[in-house]
Amino acid sequence: MAQNDIRYLTPLAVEVKKKKYCRFLRNRIKYVDYKDPQFLKRFLNEQGKILPRRITGTSLKFQRKVAQSVKRARHLALLPYVTDMMK
Amino acid sequence: MINQYETVFIATPVLSEAQMKEAVNKFRRIITDNNGELIHEEDWGLKKLAYPIKKKSTGFYYLFEFRSEGEFINKLETEFRRDERIMRFLTFKMDKHAIAYSEKKRKMNSKTAENKNEQNQKEA
Repeated sequence: MAQNDIRYLTPLAVEVKKKKYCRFLRNRIKYVDYKDPQFLKRFLNEQGKILPRRITGTSLKFQRKVAQSVKRARHLALLPYVTDMMK
Repeated sequence: MINQYETVFIATPVLSEAQMKEAVNKFRRIITDNNGELIHEEDWGLKKLAYPIKKKSTGFYYLFEFRSEGEFINKLETEFRRDERIMRFLTFKMDKHAIAYSEKKRKMNSKTAENKNEQNQKEA
């Protein structure tokens, strides 16, 4: 009886490992446009910081392109350097 | 070596419409005088900046897409720096993917423009 004396009130939320994929390779996007802030915002968090690859799952080649175009967009004031409620 | 470039610049909002046109014409002349070939222009008009530049929170955005020699870019950029109406500029050398992307976008814009005209004619 002692084995199953630990009873969880709610079933353990087993984190289903969703296979991440690089959206650029999947839909064959070849160029990241720095003039399109709507698209780039998906790669930024609330403070306007660039999300790491382990979250977005993008490949290294495209992560560099995204980072480069985000910095260009910031230079042109299309994206803020730092903000509080971005989304 | 002829490359394709894209330059976006932001002019101060204090300018009147005429001054803005005059500034754009000035840079257009600079490009065409130094045997640069202008491909496409876009006027995004007055837009809100994500952060204030030179104490101003809005600016006139303008885009030039052109083909020119490499050395010409230094001249163009000194002109931008010299002109005090321009708050900020960015010159970008386009690789083949960028060129393909902008052509595709231009085709799409021209198509949507045609659809709009057709709709207007139908309504009229």
